[in-house]
Amino acid sequence: MRGGQISIRFIIPAVLLLLLAFVPFGAPGLQVLLTLALAKGIAVMGITVLLRSGQVAFGHALYFAIAAYGGAFTLMLMPGADLNVVFLLGLNVAVLSGVIVGLFAARYRFTFFAMLNLAFSMIFWSILEKFYHYTGGADGMRLPRPTVFWMELERGPYEILMFYLALGLALGLGWFSMRWLESPTGQLFRTIKTNETRLQYLGMSPQRVMLTGYVLSALLCGVGGIIMGLVQNVVTPEYAFWVRSGEMVFIAVLGGAGSVPGALVAAAIYEIVRTYASAFAGDIWQLVLGTFLLIIILFAPGGIAGIYNSVMDRIAGKKEEGE
Amino acid sequence: MTHLLETKGLEIRFGGVVAADKITLQIDAGRNLAIIGPNGAGKTTFLNICAGWLKPAKGKVYFEGRDVTPLSPRQITRRGVARAFQIPQLFTEHTALENLLIAAAARDRLRNPIRALKDRRQRAEMMHLLDLIDCTDVAHRQVDELSKGQRKLIDIAVALALEPKLLLMDEPTSGVASSEKFDVMEILVKALAEAEVTAVFVVHDMGIVEKYADEVAVWNMGKLEMRGSPQDVLEHPDVIRDVIGEVA
Repeated sequence: MRGGQISIRFIIPAVLLLLLAFVPFGAPGLQVLLTLALAKGIAVMGITVLLRSGQVAFGHALYFAIAAYGGAFTLMLMPGADLNVVFLLGLNVAVLSGVIVGLFAARYRFTFFAMLNLAFSMIFWSILEKFYHYTGGADGMRLPRPTVFWMELERGPYEILMFYLALGLALGLGWFSMRWLESPTGQLFRTIKTNETRLQYLGMSPQRVMLTGYVLSALLCGVGGIIMGLVQNVVTPEYAFWVRSGEMVFIAVLGGAGSVPGALVAAAIYEIVRTYASAFAGDIWQLVLGTFLLIIILFAPGGIAGIYNSVMDRIAGKKEEGE
Repeated sequence: MTHLLETKGLEIRFGGVVAADKITLQIDAGRNLAIIGPNGAGKTTFLNICAGWLKPAKGKVYFEGRDVTPLSPRQITRRGVARAFQIPQLFTEHTALENLLIAAAARDRLRNPIRALKDRRQRAEMMHLLDLIDCTDVAHRQVDELSKGQRKLIDIAVALALEPKLLLMDEPTSGVASSEKFDVMEILVKALAEAEVTAVFVVHDMGIVEKYADEVAVWNMGKLEMRGSPQDVLEHPDVIRDVIGEVA
């Protein structure tokens, strides 16, 4: 029963989504944690998009940081600027950087692609660290609360707003990314993984196709970064550090390489495990996460999305047998 | 009169090997040309030069009267020259139909970047193409699950989906079981005729040359040695000796 399969497959995400929507009222203690997880999830969607072309970016924290610093500079130069303006300017800087770096990176594949991205992110990290008078160095920059449609919000309502903004953007951008990956442009982007020669003989430029996907991934990382900065009210060079990029790749693999919804779920699991493991397991939380990733790679290479799909297929199969 | 494809004095060397030695050739629309010759004669090199993959040291390639020698394969494809390969070049993670739909999207230059790939009109168009090559039953199967013959046909269909004026094919029946060769060629020639595409194909099977080519060009040591009708060329003693390998 096709209808049966659809209902089983979609009921769980719908219920989870409903529960998530009530977090600010039902479990306010989780609200900020989940906002940060959603921000990270949006950024990881950027990595997921790139993974569909077979490329791993080990430096996409660059755009995460650029957007956040873009927002910080906007608020420094225009105190009390509106949230929309901060978002718009931060993202513009991230997208513009994505185009500039992408023009170089889109020419390379695999190891060189990964390393080139890493190099750019580390250059930016060094600039943030060394230009202390402009960037605040290792202390970073503050992102004072922006106004929202020219209204000043208290911390509580502001955090609720940021939660729903992150949730809305995660859903909207998640839908857009999935739709894009299924669109002709997205399908061409995916063919970079399997046959670039044929792509050229279709009259397409692999570099241009790659650049399109690259800029989309930079945009997604930028959205994640700016939400993170606005929620934490501070942005530090750590945002651009290679560990942050590695963390994004880690979450993308955990979610299921190439799965957009998987990226969001994995980001939530990662953030929760990290928070509670670091609270209860002190210095060994990285060990907990590392073991978790090892288990996923060895026993469930499809990640969380793969596990979910296989469970749903099994349930649907049993249901069909029963009928 | 403007020829569909014209080459003038093409020359290229790979180290000491002369792969193209002053190749001058004209191909007119509607005349399918078979290129034959011993291994290493420069047949594939000629196709690669015409498709823009290799740049000649000397000489020019004209397509519909315009010099396309300095253009990239991408630009030449957009002018109306498609390429099918000896080893099919397909998107292995996609189904046969998706391979064609991707080609159609590329042909339409991604007019609407967010429109679903499986647009109804394009889907019907590509299903018709699959019907022409007798592959509708494998439309939804991933291409790496298909037989060699089917992959060859899908590779050619991908090229045809671009609506080219000229199709350059390298060994369209290589890797196909001998029992299937003529079936594949029958389907292919029918599809080419319906799409009004002129074909240039490199081939080793003289039976196929005799039955499906309008003209034959003979390559040897990078040189175009002879050109004519299949009957004239295949009965020539030099061709029998150097290419077919039988004693005259």
